[in-house]
Amino acid sequence: MVSAFLCVFAVLAILIAGNAADNLMGVHALLFFSAIIAWLVGIALWAGKLGDRNPFDETQYEDTLVKFGVAAAMFWGLAGLLVGVLIACQLTWPNLFYVEELGWTNFGRLRPLHTSAVIFAFGGNVLLATSFYVVQRTTRARLFGGMWPWFVFWGYQLFIVIAATGYLMGITQSKEYAEPEWYADLWLTIVWVAYLIIFLGTLWKRKEPHIYVANWFYLSFIVTIAMLHIVNNLSLPVSLGSSKSYQLFAGVQDALTQWWYGHNAVGFFLTTGFLAIMYYFIPKRVDRPVYSYRLSIVHFWSLIFIYIWAGPHHLHYTALPQWAQTLGMTFSIMLWMPSWGGMINGVMTLSGAWDKLRTDPVVRMMVVSLAFYGMSTFEGPLMSVRAVNSLSHYTEWGIGHVHSGALGWVGFISFGALYCLTQWLYKRKSLYSMALVEWHFWLATIGIVFYIVSMWFAGIMEGLMWRAYNDFGFLEYSFVETVEAKHISYIIRMVGGLLYLSGAVIMSYNLIRTAMGHERINQPADATPVSKPPAAAELQPAE
Amino acid sequence: MGLLNKHGVFERHSLILTIGILITVSIGGLIQMAPLFYMENTIEKVEGMRPYTPLEVAGRNIYLREGCYVCHSQMVRPLRDEVERYGHYSLAAESMYDHPFQWGSKRTGPDLARVGGKYSDEWHVDHLIDPRALVPESIMPPYAFLAEKSLDFRNIQDDLKALRAVGVPYTDEMIENASMDLRAQVDPDIYFDEQDALVARYTEASGREGTVQIRDFDQDPDRITEMDALVAYLQMTGTLVDFSTYEAEDLMNAR
Repeated sequence: MVSAFLCVFAVLAILIAGNAADNLMGVHALLFFSAIIAWLVGIALWAGKLGDRNPFDETQYEDTLVKFGVAAAMFWGLAGLLVGVLIACQLTWPNLFYVEELGWTNFGRLRPLHTSAVIFAFGGNVLLATSFYVVQRTTRARLFGGMWPWFVFWGYQLFIVIAATGYLMGITQSKEYAEPEWYADLWLTIVWVAYLIIFLGTLWKRKEPHIYVANWFYLSFIVTIAMLHIVNNLSLPVSLGSSKSYQLFAGVQDALTQWWYGHNAVGFFLTTGFLAIMYYFIPKRVDRPVYSYRLSIVHFWSLIFIYIWAGPHHLHYTALPQWAQTLGMTFSIMLWMPSWGGMINGVMTLSGAWDKLRTDPVVRMMVVSLAFYGMSTFEGPLMSVRAVNSLSHYTEWGIGHVHSGALGWVGFISFGALYCLTQWLYKRKSLYSMALVEWHFWLATIGIVFYIVSMWFAGIMEGLMWRAYNDFGFLEYSFVETVEAKHISYIIRMVGGLLYLSGAVIMSYNLIRTAMGHERINQPADATPVSKPPAAAELQPAE
Repeated sequence: MGLLNKHGVFERHSLILTIGILITVSIGGLIQMAPLFYMENTIEKVEGMRPYTPLEVAGRNIYLREGCYVCHSQMVRPLRDEVERYGHYSLAAESMYDHPFQWGSKRTGPDLARVGGKYSDEWHVDHLIDPRALVPESIMPPYAFLAEKSLDFRNIQDDLKALRAVGVPYTDEMIENASMDLRAQVDPDIYFDEQDALVARYTEASGREGTVQIRDFDQDPDRITEMDALVAYLQMTGTLVDFSTYEAEDLMNAR
């Protein structure tokens, strides 16, 4: 079934390759074609080796797929962070890190590579892996659809490869965080619909009467991302053999659509998805029920209702009509409440298990992620106020804000989940080394502090310099003076990124050794690992 | 609380939950976005806006391809320092033919909404080839390869057709002559008659004289390069609207 489906796409790809209107499209069509052929061969080899074993045994969870997801998340995470450090170096030492002959490594092409790699490749794989793990455990059912979950996994990786190679070749529709062109968007839509069906199908098969709270968040993430992705990518290809398309909307309408998408990519990809992780992994790891069931209901509905309105705060003082800006600002400020409600629900889940904060660095990582979540969801509403925004917009402050959320919240909660998953999936008593988790935690935390403080400094400074007047009533600084003034901040930011990357390298080493079944003998005395194997769905909120 | 007890319906029926989510997340977007498509005062009435010439379209596509929007905004806000630094604040009308918009979100480099006419062609070419040769403190990447690379405009007619399909008012004549118009704008010595036709077409669309700039933008007469197209686009950017006819106080322009 999956194979037949793939064959259709192989034929489509070869047709497009034959009719390519530009070289880039030809390259991509052939890449797509070879990937699908390799995929079919892979399926055939796998099926040949099966023998009598039923690969879709309903009495077993589909955990192999989750293991693949963890590995993919680790890989793309390292790649994305590495590109991040590289482009930070480019802005700091342009003479060293730009090569005149390699135009495709210029900042303009690498930055989308960095953002897409960390958000969609790293974050996306974390969400795929955890959602497939959590939905099975909380429904006590195997993933729905036999082979289809594998289609979603490999289809998503193929999307990542198409997007990434496209950026380097200069294929982009130039919409931030939605850069892939029309054919990549269509492919992702197909993969995403399959993902939604698998998720819903697993819910239908559930042996629990209630749908656990983490699954509400996963479901809203999948459904809303589908809606955002489709509307924001409405575009008309120049021809079926062309890698270029033109957006359906123009100017002010396109701007609002883009930031409705852009802000809710943060809201529904980087927030609701990862809140689902919080609602499963924190209670599980500390072995306590979620703090408040009622709070989670209020949290869920108010968060998803309010988030969708907040987009226009990216367009303050622009040519967007002011009523829309004001609406966006109002809802952004209101958004502070559900955000902190969720944070409180997560942190207070530790009630009665606060000691774990000291003894288990994985728990500490997840709780600190909530602290960063709380911080950036306070900073966000602040920056959405028009007066503040007039200073902060277009500056490095925005970059700092994004990274306190991305590195602190998304990164740390993901690392926590990856540590838990590796230990649980491979049924290890403990991680390979708790001391290395400590190293990861401190390196990454110091890295984030370097990053956000330097960006606050740079952003507020340049914002003030742009609007500074001298005694004669003229602008005090030329633009390039404000660029020069940020050099030291850029160095500190680069160091922060490097520290964060080193932490992730240490984590990868630790996870690989854990998966291999190694364990360091001299664990620190106070690092008592949580060794309880995960039992199914015991965390239903009380009725 | 009674209301919260009813929440069990959502928890027991995945379809009801899915529909509930869909309705909840649709409301905000509908209320904010839908009015922009029918409210007449969303885009100001101004004189001078015209569809971009084929050379400008090609240049704009290079601007998109290289990710210029990542560091350069095209949106001057109505704040005193910005208006003094960059020029008149941007109007919604000025990006009405931008598929997609290029307002940007970050100024690692300066705003480019009004860069047209600010510097000479020579400055742009030299600066794109080696930014630090002109501005030592600059951190911009070098784009020397643009001057080496011939512009590929095999599909320019299809580009204009697609743009017309999404709402840019290109005439049949503009589409038929797209390829020749492109050459005429950058090679005025060879295509002497064609350049009059090009100017006539786009001046009529603009309703205003002098919006079409015709010259060899990269000073390399041997061929049409990507540099030609990009500089042509940059030199046009922000110059189309006739601000002497724009009345900010007009009620129709109050937004």
